[in-house]
Amino acid sequence: MSATATTAGDLPARPHGRNYARRYWMFALPAAIVVFVVILFPWLFTIVMSLFSWQVTGKADFVGLANFNQLFHDPRFGWAVVRTLYFTVMAVAFPMVLGIWAAVCFSTKFRLRGVARTIFILPMMATPVAIGLVWTMMFHPQLGVLNYLLHLVGLPPFAWVYSVNTVIPTLVMVETWQWTPMVMLIVLGGIAGLPVDPYEAAIIDGASTWQMFRFITVPMVWPFIVFAGVMRVIDALKTFDTIFVITGGGPGTASETINMLLYQTAFGYYNLGYGSAIVLVFFALILLVSMALLALRRVQP
Amino acid sequence: MISRRTLLTATAATLAAPAIVSEVGATTAFDWKRHKGQTIVVSLTKSPRADNLQAHQKEFEALTGIKVISEQLPEQQQRPKMVMELAAGNPSFDVTHFSLHVSKRVVGAGKWLLDLRPYLADPKLTAPEFDYADFGAGAVTAITQPDGRIDSMPVETDVWLVYYNKKMLPKMPDTLDEMMQTAARLNDPKKNVYGFVGRGLKNANVPVWTSFLLGENQLTVTPDNKTLLTDTPEAIWAGQYYKDILSKYAPPGVVGFNWYECQNSFMQGNVGMWLDGVGFCPPLVDPKVSKIYDHVGVGLMPAGPKARHCAMFNDGIGIAAKSKVKDAAWLYVQWATGKQMALNLVNMGGGASPRVSTYTEPNLKPPTKEWLQTMLASLKIAEPGLPEIIPVTEFRDVFGIALTNMIGGADVASELKKATEEFKPVLAKSLQS
Repeated sequence: MSATATTAGDLPARPHGRNYARRYWMFALPAAIVVFVVILFPWLFTIVMSLFSWQVTGKADFVGLANFNQLFHDPRFGWAVVRTLYFTVMAVAFPMVLGIWAAVCFSTKFRLRGVARTIFILPMMATPVAIGLVWTMMFHPQLGVLNYLLHLVGLPPFAWVYSVNTVIPTLVMVETWQWTPMVMLIVLGGIAGLPVDPYEAAIIDGASTWQMFRFITVPMVWPFIVFAGVMRVIDALKTFDTIFVITGGGPGTASETINMLLYQTAFGYYNLGYGSAIVLVFFALILLVSMALLALRRVQP
Repeated sequence: MISRRTLLTATAATLAAPAIVSEVGATTAFDWKRHKGQTIVVSLTKSPRADNLQAHQKEFEALTGIKVISEQLPEQQQRPKMVMELAAGNPSFDVTHFSLHVSKRVVGAGKWLLDLRPYLADPKLTAPEFDYADFGAGAVTAITQPDGRIDSMPVETDVWLVYYNKKMLPKMPDTLDEMMQTAARLNDPKKNVYGFVGRGLKNANVPVWTSFLLGENQLTVTPDNKTLLTDTPEAIWAGQYYKDILSKYAPPGVVGFNWYECQNSFMQGNVGMWLDGVGFCPPLVDPKVSKIYDHVGVGLMPAGPKARHCAMFNDGIGIAAKSKVKDAAWLYVQWATGKQMALNLVNMGGGASPRVSTYTEPNLKPPTKEWLQTMLASLKIAEPGLPEIIPVTEFRDVFGIALTNMIGGADVASELKKATEEFKPVLAKSLQS
């Protein structure tokens, strides 16, 4: 039987226009209702709440933009923004660098590679709260295993999360330990799909390993790197569980990020109006950063 | 000869007798089984008090035939969860255990918990052995809302005292000055030995400061709860004491210590004194977890320049007004705050009983005699450790941050001044609402 080309004229008439919409809109209705109830309504309600002075025990008073005005004059919020950005920059940079490096390592063939990969991604599979509790015990200045190990090699004890100066770098260390595997997996997926020919040509031309990485691997897996970066930025900006469990925002407010301040305002002080204003500003911040990063996809390295 | 009518009457009377006897019995013996088959959900704050309730839960189920589903959550999670669920009007629990010094005014303002006064007044609903009059005056004051409502029953009274390592000091100092000197003498960081440990973590650290402030015979607010007394010379003296003893003689990293870290450090045997709640004794004297289990001393809070007081806090347990099984829940509350459970609490070392009769019980067997004696002496000098205001969490955060800054070297007077100015409008707003 010979194959015959199908022409547009052979296809059944496609419903279109007003009739098409009238017949099929109801199929989209359940999804639209879910989106409205679960996403749109809470957002609209949050916007409304941000315009009120609203304590859970009292009545809500309309205050217009007063909550936002207070927010921009609140030094505690200002410092929370600074800490959030400081934490995010480090909690993105370290996992990205180490994750890309690990992906390159794991893309080469060596004995027990599968076992090594499995072990490498184990931190990512653990629950952040459980991880936080374990790290908290390990960080204890007198009883923690980390200072014991330092003592074994003759180093003095370190304050870890128990000092205002070292708390954020220490939290970044936990984040790096947990999320480097995710970056590795994403980038490794990109590397696995790369053609071999450019590398063969580069070897014939006498390119070094670094040159092959810089001028072949990175440009070709760039979309994967950007994707991993965007995921990490969003994740780092909204980190809550690890910080909440390990430091609770302390010592003092030394690790109080926007998320921690938001939680404390809404659920510690029961100030829902001001908490909603923080949410909206925080959302705008995440949106801006994410859009800037996605624009990076169009920039070739 | 017995007539047919007489026989029928006699038979009917005989058949009715059990019902009559049962009715008579109801007036003399309380019917704990009246809600058999019902299920109640209980939300507990993680603590020795909650451990006590869960350890004996099966006894309540056997007594009443009521099934209990209970869960313990750490206080940092349980407190907001309780308030948010009550405020939303559809709580997932029927009974809730909470810290009165944190949540009393919030739940009172919202009127989310059942007013228990009608229950207490009704002998059909309240067992005669419950004996409400047995609760101490301080506990009754603690559970009574400003408008007179009683929406919880007292579970425990927490008094603060000083645990000390008898290997390092044979006797607890009598005054705060002596305590500072003793801490200085014991302190030897090169040998990993420290004189004193107390909470440095923001929010949790405020009762340590207020404990010292009580030595100046002062609270943090005026009796009408309207004016802050947090930047007075007395408050500054207490802040300076807090700063000195924690920054000079406590283990490194104390700025991030809550009671859990303090307890662990103390149990390792390299800390001389630890100021905290009476309910933290059990692990200290447990050979399985404590290196100094047979050297734990329990001392009364030392006297300050003007007075000798210790900080006091209370736990309560109440019923959600929206609960569908209120009467069954009330049976649970009676059992949980009854004489036997109060005795169990003291015997396990989990805290002070709010009931007067507990201390004359023949079966009273506390973890150590010294612990009991110190606890009883502390109850006599106890004063509220935190102000009874709605925004108490914000109060603890604002002043807790100031205290952590002090440990880091900040000036006491300016930190307290700044914190007081920051909290003034919050307090004023809460009073308006």
